[in-house]
Amino acid sequence: MAIRVKQPGLLTTVQDTGRFGEYAIGMPPSGAMDVFSYQVGNYLVGNEEGAAGLEITYFGPELEFTESAVIAVTGAELPPKINGEEAPTWETLAVQEGDVLSFDYLKSGARSYLAVAGGIDVPVFMHSRSTYTLIGLGGHEGRALQEGDELKVGESGDRSDRVGKRVDDDHVPAYSDAPELRVIIGLASYRLTEESMQTFLNTEWTVTPDADRIGYRYRGGELEFVEREQPAGAGADQANVVDFGYPIGSIQVPGGVEPIVLNNDAVTGGGYATIGTVISVDRDTLAQTKTNDKTRFRSVGLDEALEARKKRRRQMAEIKEALA
Amino acid sequence: MGGVETELPQARYSYGGDEFVFVELSEAMSLKVNFRAMAITNKLKEEAIEGIMDICPSNASYMVRIDPDVLHPDDLISRLKELDEEVGDIEGFTLESRVVDVPVMIEDPWTHETLMRFRDRHQDPDATDLEYAARINGYDTKEDFIDALLGSPWLVTMIGFVPGLPWCYQLVPPEEQIEVPKYVRPRTYTPERAFGFGGGFAVVYSVEGAGGYQLFGVAPAPVLDVKQELKDFQDSIVFPRPGDVFNYRRVDREEFDEVRARVEDKTFEYRKKEFTFHPDRSLEDPHAYNKEILEVLYGDQG
Repeated sequence: MAIRVKQPGLLTTVQDTGRFGEYAIGMPPSGAMDVFSYQVGNYLVGNEEGAAGLEITYFGPELEFTESAVIAVTGAELPPKINGEEAPTWETLAVQEGDVLSFDYLKSGARSYLAVAGGIDVPVFMHSRSTYTLIGLGGHEGRALQEGDELKVGESGDRSDRVGKRVDDDHVPAYSDAPELRVIIGLASYRLTEESMQTFLNTEWTVTPDADRIGYRYRGGELEFVEREQPAGAGADQANVVDFGYPIGSIQVPGGVEPIVLNNDAVTGGGYATIGTVISVDRDTLAQTKTNDKTRFRSVGLDEALEARKKRRRQMAEIKEALA
Repeated sequence: MGGVETELPQARYSYGGDEFVFVELSEAMSLKVNFRAMAITNKLKEEAIEGIMDICPSNASYMVRIDPDVLHPDDLISRLKELDEEVGDIEGFTLESRVVDVPVMIEDPWTHETLMRFRDRHQDPDATDLEYAARINGYDTKEDFIDALLGSPWLVTMIGFVPGLPWCYQLVPPEEQIEVPKYVRPRTYTPERAFGFGGGFAVVYSVEGAGGYQLFGVAPAPVLDVKQELKDFQDSIVFPRPGDVFNYRRVDREEFDEVRARVEDKTFEYRKKEFTFHPDRSLEDPHAYNKEILEVLYGDQG
């Protein structure tokens, strides 16, 4: 045992890169929603890529270390405190036996990541330690952390030489409360009228209280479907299609008034028309938005999405090298 | 715009962001289009192309998750278009399949309690889901509707929504297909193993949760076993596979309880038989072919 949960925070879960390759049985990947912050946390503490950490949502937990550890907090500006003393984010820190890590109120972003040298050691379920709370598997007992939980930390050896390493300021993201998410329009976008597609792309949407690891719902505009005689198997509503697969990051518009972006714990398929997909790099941006934040969607082509992806990979490699 | 149209009149190839390729073979559901989706995705699996992470056949479409750093979406799409042509109208295509006896109790107390609780979200608050579905499909009585519903077996055409949930399309001619709208507004609760129906599809809800399908009954046996305690789940936490044939068989409360008891003491195993499914025969004369399939399943039953 190495971490005792004194207070769990609003929603703190064990996550790694995710449970890939199981989409065809209806299993979403779960995993850290902001991949960049999560991975950089691992670089800071010298972990292998894919080591499990904690994803902390909106309101931080209070964690007592029962043995010394090397840690890092990345992601949202949710200022960490060690024994009540403010500590830096995006920097490798040392904690001693008995130290308590807590957090101040959220200043920007939405999700923080705690990386611990050695990784959070929960059982691997279907090649991942990520928590999928909907059916209660992976992570710590398949659920968010609760008061009194005790977490083990994997073997790390002496990593004290890493303490004080810090991510270059140029690489520390600033989180906007009105970001733009790049979207590749497609899937069943033919179901929306041209005018509604323009409305979708020109509206400043507001994140509703329904914004979690399953999906983010937005309000702010009304979209209409092209009238059609519904095809066999689709069901009567114009928003319905013959049930099909939903990519991660895909956007659907049930009822025309609430676009939903599907996230890491989402349903893998269903019968609502999807109109496009948030590009993979910008899922990190989405993960750092919260209720009442604004969001715009901008249509991009595949080339821009792949370029953004390449740029992100180069950036991560640079950070990793600088911290090595 | 990211959609890429093909020369085929109906298939739409589209990027699902940078990590998915989504192919809608047809807007309308039919057995034939599902056979095509399965044939194409089966061929794709055999090719074991590097960079492919998930291959997900669905009802009238399919989806492939890729690592675009390894496999460019356009290269995959080119190959998929070739596979589409190779598959053609699936003449001669066969499917290694299983026919499975799936007990289901119609009008059980649990889904009844649920559907009554959510009447305000339904098209017809004064009828049950089953009465409503029977009426709008032109059946004189509820029993006639149940007879049609359980009178012919079903093809598992897609797995998803949540782990293990099978979408099933009935192996009957198009004019006999049952069609029922989903709830006007989805329920916030559905019991585990509820037997539901929406659009043209029958499902067994693998876990408790939200849902918008009409509720007709409940299955005593699970389709998902996360702990893998039952024999049918030794290789996978999920029982159904695309291409399975499910014969939903009506059971009374007594048999329901008996199956539940066997599930509880971990001795339950689905009655099932492996067989080679011939889609062209099913399309040609579904009822005659269904008889043969069910003979495979129940033939040795005294």
